[in-house]
Amino acid sequence: MTSRSRTTAGGSSQSGESHALGGSGLAVVDLSRRHARWGERIIMAVLVTAALLSVLTTVGIVISLLAPTITFFQHVNVWDFLTGTEWTAVFGVEWEDKSFGVLPLVTATMMTTVIALSVAVPLGLGIAMLLSEYASRRVRSVVKPVLEVLAGIPTVVYGFFAITAVVPLLEIFVDIDGLYSVLSAGLVMGFMIVPTVASLSEDAMSAVPSALRQGSYALGANRMKTTLRVVFPAALSGIVAAVVLGISRAVGETMIVTLAAGNLVRLSFNPVEGAQTMTGFIAQVATGDAPEGSPLYYSLFAVGALLFVITFVMNLISIRLVRKYRQVY
Amino acid sequence: MSTALLDAPAEHRPLQSGRRAGLGSVIFAFVLWSCLAIACTFLLFLLITIVQEGIGRFDAGLVTAQPSKIRPETAGVESAFFGTLWMMAATAAMAIPLGIAAAIYLEEYADPLRWWNRLIELNIQNLAAVPSVIYGILALAFVVRGPVSLGVVLLAGAVALALLILPVIIITTREAMRSVPREIRDGSLALGATQWQTTWKQVLPAAVPGIATGSILALSRAIGEAAPLLLVGAAAFVTFNPDGVLSRYTTLPNQIATLVPQPGEAFRDLAYATILLLIIVLLAMNAVAIWLRNRFQRSW
Repeated sequence: MTSRSRTTAGGSSQSGESHALGGSGLAVVDLSRRHARWGERIIMAVLVTAALLSVLTTVGIVISLLAPTITFFQHVNVWDFLTGTEWTAVFGVEWEDKSFGVLPLVTATMMTTVIALSVAVPLGLGIAMLLSEYASRRVRSVVKPVLEVLAGIPTVVYGFFAITAVVPLLEIFVDIDGLYSVLSAGLVMGFMIVPTVASLSEDAMSAVPSALRQGSYALGANRMKTTLRVVFPAALSGIVAAVVLGISRAVGETMIVTLAAGNLVRLSFNPVEGAQTMTGFIAQVATGDAPEGSPLYYSLFAVGALLFVITFVMNLISIRLVRKYRQVY
Repeated sequence: MSTALLDAPAEHRPLQSGRRAGLGSVIFAFVLWSCLAIACTFLLFLLITIVQEGIGRFDAGLVTAQPSKIRPETAGVESAFFGTLWMMAATAAMAIPLGIAAAIYLEEYADPLRWWNRLIELNIQNLAAVPSVIYGILALAFVVRGPVSLGVVLLAGAVALALLILPVIIITTREAMRSVPREIRDGSLALGATQWQTTWKQVLPAAVPGIATGSILALSRAIGEAAPLLLVGAAAFVTFNPDGVLSRYTTLPNQIATLVPQPGEAFRDLAYATILLLIIVLLAMNAVAIWLRNRFQRSW
């Protein structure tokens, strides 16, 4: 009995040793020495903390928006907020003096977004198709930095450019009353979003396997038919993701609409008039001095929360769609 | 090898299309090229306008004279220029170490199948697309007021910008680390190095060019931002240079936003000169990033 138990003990200690050396001879999978030193554990803890900071940021955003928004909705009916057509947050002092119907801000945001997308989607898709299916390597090496510069120009520059250079140009064709118009803000924002749509759609189209293109050519299709009927449908989920991300950027863009669309609250669908968007309102209140605890202060957070919810949903849709095409190919 | 051949751009392949290009195809190709032409024309129009309008006031006085609402003809943007430099340094000091640390965890340590790691990843992807003005609200609630209550100081703005570019730095750092081949790590671990020694002495040095490029591009995005800073104090009219991270401040983009609504040609010229200064700073940063990428990036 004693000798037997000794051998077992000896055997187990031997196998334990070989584990410490990196696993037994057959199953060498993980070469790393785990739990080797205290220093390693501390470093690991620091790294995990840094990664968790991103989760904390999201939690922080939600808390910072939620608490004042709850206070806001104790004074304002949620339904009135979402469906009301009159927004007079900056006038008067007391809650009763103001009406908080957010629709004018939402329609203005929709107007600038639609105009921006009608510029960014055709141009972005055209450039993506050109880069992915037509252009030579040399053309690509020139175009990519151009897109990077276009994407890197500060939005405040775009906004100033819209009122000083684009409005005079537009006035040749349409009659713009004063400096501000939804049209000029939307157009310039569209060019700002072109790189986003172009580079993400190009990623999606480049991920389409060459075998599909070759099959199409073998069946006698030319390059246009291959691009439009084979590559485009195959990359569709990625392209939709690019467009959805473009919408999210247009909805959240602040400086262009603040400078170029003006700060007049107006429920109108006339693109040559100025109108304040959701982000425009946030910027206006931030620039002025809204005393902490005033109705105006709380309304800033309520509009911010609405903006966050809209872009959050858009982003999740976009991320989901990108994963879909990554899984397929 | 065969896949490399298949993935080559279409022009390098001898076999292209079955039929001769009809009128439709020619028009289609023309439309695609015009999309590019329109975007390039817009960019050229923008840059030429900035240079033309901005060059008149673009001199040393721009960064050696303080802003003034009374004498725009001789005013500069000194406080904003130094505010931007301070902002860049403070943002980089916070965002780059944190971003690299988070990227190391996700790329080298985390098990991608665990739900919490997937949650962190999804969360970072979402944060990368959250509107910048929301980060201003976050800093307003936690740093300017609330638990930290620093008031409208430079550090509050830097926190907002650091959190804004953190996802970008994490994503680009991970890409740079992913391009370091598995064999390097295996070799290091096989020689007895710990996980951290492998990461610190093998993976990170090899990934430095990619990390540097990504960080510079992220920083150039941060210093062009005006929206989040509006909420944390940069909208104020400041006529002195910041002397630390707890000083009041303004930045170049916010100074431009302040100049825009002012009436008169002189303010307009000053705004364009400031834009020219900002664009030159940004293009220089971009050029450094591209140079780093081309000069030091290894292909394995």
